[in-house]
Amino acid sequence: MMKKYRSGLAAILLLLFSQLGMTHEAEPLQSDAAVEAQVQRLATQLRCLVCQNQTLADSHAELAQDLLQEVRDMAARGMSDQAIVDYLVARYGDFVRYKPPLNKTTSLLWLGPFALLLLGGIGLIVMLRRRQAMQAELPLTAAETRQINELLK
Amino acid sequence: MKRALIPFVIFIIMAGFLFKGLFLNPREVPSPLVGKPAPAFSLPQLDQPGKTFAPKDMLGQVWLFNVWASWCGACRDEHPLLVELAQSGVVPVVGMDYKDTASEAKRWLNERGNPYLLSVVDADGRVGIDYGVYGVPETYVIDKAGVIAYKQIGPVTLASLRDDILPLVKRLQAQ
Amino acid sequence: MIPEIGHFSLILALLVALTLGSFPIIGAARGNTVWMGLAKPLSALQFALVAFSFLCLAYAFASKDYSVVYVANNSNSQLPLPFRIAAVWGGHEGSLLLWALILSVWTVAVSLFSKHIPDAMRARILGVMGLISVGFLLFMLMVSNPFERLMPAALDGRDLNPLLQDPGMIFHPPMLYMGYVGFSVAFAFSIAALLGGQLDAAWARWSRPWTIMAWVFLTVGIMAGSNWAYYELGWGGWWFWDAVENASFMPWLVGTALIHSLAVTEKRGSFKAWTVLLAICAFSLSLLGTFLVRSGVLTSVHAFATDPRRGVFILAFLVVVIGGSLLLFAWRASTVGRGGKFDVVSRESFLLANNVLLAVAALSVLLGTLYPLFLDALNFGKISVGPPYFDAVFAPLMAPAVFLMGVGPIARWKDAALPELVVRLRWALGISAITAIALPLLLGNLTPMIGLGLFLAFWVFASTAELVYQRLHKAEGGWLAGIAASSRSWWGMVIAHLGIAVFVLGVTVVKGYESEIAVKMHPGDVAHLAGYDFRFDGVESRNGPNYSASHGQIQVSKNGVLRTVLEPEKRLYTVTNMPMSEAGISPHLIHDLYASLGEPLDGGAWSVRIYHKPMVEWIWFGCLMMAFGGLLAMADKRYRLTKQAKAASVSQG
Repeated sequence: MMKKYRSGLAAILLLLFSQLGMTHEAEPLQSDAAVEAQVQRLATQLRCLVCQNQTLADSHAELAQDLLQEVRDMAARGMSDQAIVDYLVARYGDFVRYKPPLNKTTSLLWLGPFALLLLGGIGLIVMLRRRQAMQAELPLTAAETRQINELLK
Repeated sequence: MKRALIPFVIFIIMAGFLFKGLFLNPREVPSPLVGKPAPAFSLPQLDQPGKTFAPKDMLGQVWLFNVWASWCGACRDEHPLLVELAQSGVVPVVGMDYKDTASEAKRWLNERGNPYLLSVVDADGRVGIDYGVYGVPETYVIDKAGVIAYKQIGPVTLASLRDDILPLVKRLQAQ
Repeated sequence: MIPEIGHFSLILALLVALTLGSFPIIGAARGNTVWMGLAKPLSALQFALVAFSFLCLAYAFASKDYSVVYVANNSNSQLPLPFRIAAVWGGHEGSLLLWALILSVWTVAVSLFSKHIPDAMRARILGVMGLISVGFLLFMLMVSNPFERLMPAALDGRDLNPLLQDPGMIFHPPMLYMGYVGFSVAFAFSIAALLGGQLDAAWARWSRPWTIMAWVFLTVGIMAGSNWAYYELGWGGWWFWDAVENASFMPWLVGTALIHSLAVTEKRGSFKAWTVLLAICAFSLSLLGTFLVRSGVLTSVHAFATDPRRGVFILAFLVVVIGGSLLLFAWRASTVGRGGKFDVVSRESFLLANNVLLAVAALSVLLGTLYPLFLDALNFGKISVGPPYFDAVFAPLMAPAVFLMGVGPIARWKDAALPELVVRLRWALGISAITAIALPLLLGNLTPMIGLGLFLAFWVFASTAELVYQRLHKAEGGWLAGIAASSRSWWGMVIAHLGIAVFVLGVTVVKGYESEIAVKMHPGDVAHLAGYDFRFDGVESRNGPNYSASHGQIQVSKNGVLRTVLEPEKRLYTVTNMPMSEAGISPHLIHDLYASLGEPLDGGAWSVRIYHKPMVEWIWFGCLMMAFGGLLAMADKRYRLTKQAKAASVSQG
């Protein structure tokens, strides 16, 4: 008998509480929004070393989560983006950055496309000019002009 | 016609690189720590949790630093080689138990033999990050001055011992 | 038994391909009509044999035959039938068979729809396609046999990668391959023209519809891949500049340049050498993509299991085909002849500039994709080249090309007056500049990238509207007559260009204004994003045929009114033990609302990511518009093989 009352009471209480519309605001996963913004920004630029084809942001690998936590701790300590990236590069090499550095060996990479564009542009203009010069139409003689006018009548 | 050959020349150069690329491993990440001092740390030992170990404790010797774990499959492959190496006494091996539980680790060593002078416990992987560990197992050769001379990515094999690690160790020990 | 028959069919197909690749070409050189005539029946026979082989492999999957290694590696008894069939192309060997099948489909199609093409040229075209087929069939039979047996047979398969167990798998690879492989037709046309020394406007008219069709398939295939990644991978991204994505994008860029170049060659007889080179490069990039995915030279989420032997074979094939065709080009390019004259400012020169920009863009993508390999091969260490690089380099290169889209169609052929163009376009310029600045300020965020993107998109909208208005309001008989009077080819261009504008608009808006939150939600918790309220109603367990899932429900409301329900799912596939997140998406024209479940936390809570992606669907809608524009252009009356047209072309022939 007591059991029935107890479960009945529980049911009433449950009903009451749900009717009160007690919605709870979802908490953000990470408490500090500014730090988290920096972490997300960096995470999309860093490469996961385990899966190797995902950013730290997207990878489920344990090492990725560990590295993300390191990044978070560094960001919370107030380290700048560059300092955090340098920290990881010192340990894992340039491989970990999805944005290649600009140095002697990567200068061809960064400047190449614009050099190609310049080359293409110059080549285009040169070719257009040369084409105009080469195929300059010879002016018609007076006789030829008369002949054409006859034909066109 | 000379200018029309440019695409062909560019292609052949690219093909040359692609051929070379067939024999490289794009997944291997070389360590920037080679040639630099081994990062300092102070971690508890697996068998004696009260005591700690630091790399400076090994100054004056050439030693191997092997990252392992009981959950690691490839570690099982290299373990017999490490046991043999330890028995030969050529070079001491210090282990780092990476992101593991102590009980599992001890049981693993009991089952397979313990080649390590001692093993330290890196429970959260922080020291691993300092050493640029991205997969387990990995092994470092550290010289008498405490500088990392070589990093073996992946399990130690007979070939890597014979061709890379042991000759290097002998050379470093002669210094 | 069936796998052995399938294997034997492939061997026969190789013999047929060898015959197809030799007799017709030699026959064309010697004027031997019998040998040239062999091309058509051989094409049909090759198709029948490869198709039969493909069906045998499909049967092995459907009947769960785990005595075949490939089936054991890519299938499983609990895998539903549609995915078992899609698994045929889920791995390296099977996808090669798909390549060979699609190549044989294009070959037999060309053999059937080429009555208007001179015999010698047709023989050469089919012969070249046969030679390419030889390469793929030989490759399969030597080092990548899909029918290899497993003795003793496995009890069950290792299952198809859960990421591939999706309708996208049924659609994306075949579309993509139809595109990739379709460029072999343009390639074959070019080689045939170089061999025969005949390259004129007629040649361009014949090859253009085939090229456009391949381009349409490739556009749809890339779009399908991007859309699939968006809803499948769970983080709302849709393009990653991954090596294999780039491998499909480079042929697309060059293919676009090729279509434009063919238009000029057809109309004006110009750009001939350039067109041939582009056709060779487009297909070469397709082959290069095949190499990159299967050789282990680059890491990629798409890469198949690797083996250096395979890599060497494909590379040798590449050197023979690409190197050979580029040598042939260098040798015979001078015989191709110059085209008509045109001014420095003319539609031709704008199109030429467009081609240069697209070619430079493709080369830049190639540079970025291969650069890590270059450095590693030279022992300069390992670097990664990813989205930050490509985004920084690609957008500035494409911006001028998109700008030209507004100017080119309005410019006259041969010579156009720059002042006249400026006058005609000044309204378009003004509207787009003002919108580019005003709209972001209204929406609350203005950055240079957003401004540039909006400017380019509205520029194309406005200038295309000007173009259409000019043509229609001058037409006799009013607007409707004007619409009918303009060729489908012209309308195709209009719609395709508008499609690009729609695409650019979608990309700009979603990148500039998307937002996300990552929250911990107990059942009943509410999160807020972009003016919407998201209430998490908990998860319930559901089981699929080969996975167990936690199925979540999130009610989305605005101002208290229920708008939609998102149903993200977290699955665990039983065979591979692989977890996977299925996003809950509510797609709309104006925005997508996107939720994905992360990990279960304590107390029945889950980590949830919620995204607001404004106008993201415009990205794929724009691609569909481009593809539709291409289809229209292909359906142009001048490509119609009506009796009159056939008679006319025979008399010209």
